[in-house]
Amino acid sequence: MQQPVELPSRIEVGPVIDPSHSLASVSDKIGGIVLKRKTTLGWVFGLLISFGLLQALMAGATWLIVKGVGVWGINIPIGWGFAIVNFVWWIGIGHAGTLISAILLLLNQSWRNAINRFAEAMTLFAVMCAGMFPVLHTGRPWLAYWLFPYPNTMDLWPQFRSPLLWDVFAVSTYFTISAVFWFVGLLPDLATLRDTSKHRWQQVLFGMLAMGWRSSARHWQRYEKASLLLAGLATPLVVSVHTVVSFDFAVSMIPGWHTTIFPPYFVAGAIYSGFAMVLTLMIPVRKFFGLEDIITMRHLNNMAKVTLATGLIVAYGYMFEAFFGYYSADIYEKFMIWNRMTGPYAVFYWCLILCNIVTPQFLWSKKIRTSPGILWIISIVVNIGMWLERFVIVITSLHRDFLPSSWGMYWPTRWDWAIYVGTIGLFLTLIFLFVRVLPMITIFELRMLLPGARVKEPVTQ
Amino acid sequence: MSSHSHDVSPLYGLIAEFETPGQLVDAARRTREAGFRKFDAYTPYPIHELDDAMDLHDNRVSLYTLCAGIFGACGGFGLASWVQAVALPLNIGGRPLISVPMFIPITFEVTILCAGLTAAISMLMLNGLPSPYHPVFNVERFSGASRSKFFLCIESDDKLFDRDKTADFLESLKPEEIAEVGR
Repeated sequence: MQQPVELPSRIEVGPVIDPSHSLASVSDKIGGIVLKRKTTLGWVFGLLISFGLLQALMAGATWLIVKGVGVWGINIPIGWGFAIVNFVWWIGIGHAGTLISAILLLLNQSWRNAINRFAEAMTLFAVMCAGMFPVLHTGRPWLAYWLFPYPNTMDLWPQFRSPLLWDVFAVSTYFTISAVFWFVGLLPDLATLRDTSKHRWQQVLFGMLAMGWRSSARHWQRYEKASLLLAGLATPLVVSVHTVVSFDFAVSMIPGWHTTIFPPYFVAGAIYSGFAMVLTLMIPVRKFFGLEDIITMRHLNNMAKVTLATGLIVAYGYMFEAFFGYYSADIYEKFMIWNRMTGPYAVFYWCLILCNIVTPQFLWSKKIRTSPGILWIISIVVNIGMWLERFVIVITSLHRDFLPSSWGMYWPTRWDWAIYVGTIGLFLTLIFLFVRVLPMITIFELRMLLPGARVKEPVTQ
Repeated sequence: MSSHSHDVSPLYGLIAEFETPGQLVDAARRTREAGFRKFDAYTPYPIHELDDAMDLHDNRVSLYTLCAGIFGACGGFGLASWVQAVALPLNIGGRPLISVPMFIPITFEVTILCAGLTAAISMLMLNGLPSPYHPVFNVERFSGASRSKFFLCIESDDKLFDRDKTADFLESLKPEEIAEVGR
């Protein structure tokens, strides 16, 4: 007789959802945050601060439109300043949302169900912030529609061989598909809110948004198919977006940019910063809204693991950037990497190594992965590190041009900072509004995680 | 509640409420086996077992999405080629006007855009949404369908539908409750 082998228990990290929940209780808990919960002073205070920061964007953008891009710190040779740094940073942050909602859906990772709605909202808001920068960077944002191919009296067409035009298509497709995917995911939950709300105006409002969704099995069948297709389409899309962003750099002939490792290294960096941002937002949200039973330790642990894994890919990228510089036998490449490490911006480079390579190593410890406070601090450090990475990539490659007579320095002005801080304000304002007016967790997908939701008990072998 | 139509039956159907997904799937299977075709189940989350029980195998969303994807790929590549070779040909050192590799990113993005929008829109249209009014909403307890309850509705349009016999049939499925659905 063989004794049943005692498998190492992994229960210490906890289940995906607290087992005491039922179909009705998850609906009431998540829906109740929108419908029943009183608007707290903390929420108003947070919204006001975010909205205050948003005013910096208004001031910065207004002054930029009045005076032109000269109010920024950009110059020749550094034509790409904060605008591109922040664009890449925000787009990268968005990528975690699509990874969680699409790629983890295809991989059947049920833990994603509790965080995908929130992460996807974060994607939308981050892409909104990102999209602002190239448009403002054109200097004449009111002519931004020139970027699209349309018949015009000038008889001009955009250049389809330019990575900058690829960016226009990639980012606008990304935003559209993310918004559609997000809205399709919201439909059943909006119907839940319609059916459980007590006030007439809420019923009318959610009723219109829910489009008359009535939970029909015939509808669910097509709905599931469409969700799966959207996930399947969003998966290569998200990889393509940051690949195209990296093409902005890699297709050019600038030392440090013209490398084949850029696409995968940018995609990994995007997911790295995105997961860090999800942690930065999720840890306070689960605390303030008392969602520890739905966004469990298991989620934090898993997200921390993804952060660590992508952090290591990014570290590999840094290592090979340095190696390529050394091995290229190209004087400009060699100088670029040496200048990056020891030149006038060396302090940024070493801070970046500290933030992005050294700090995430703490995540090897399970104890740290499951302590929200420390995890939150690490996630902030990673966010800063990823911003520094984009700063280092953009600025150090440009500021030493091929001829020493064309060397320069870049320092951001207060208007650079105003617009950057302003987009953070925009992002946080939208997050605050989102958690108040829409269910921040996908209720119907949570129901599927409950043990009582299965038709048959899984057959034990 | 509303009774504006007089020539059709005032009854939309009979609806039965179940407590567990297992009971519902069982009931749906037996309803189909009994010969009913115009019936629907209402559940707070997708239950894949119902697809077999109710014989739901509509693949049109996938088909339309595929067609839209092919259309998008041709359209994206065609647009890029037409612009660079016909509308605004720029001869740069004799390089080819239709530079295939450089057109791929935009071809890809347009493919995804068309396919993704079609997946969502065709799902809504095939489901007949948006449709703010539907008879099942007249049943008071039906609001539970989007929360925690499971429903099965046999519609009066079905050939086998007979108010009393169908009610007896539903009763044999042992539901929590049976209600009439007015138009």
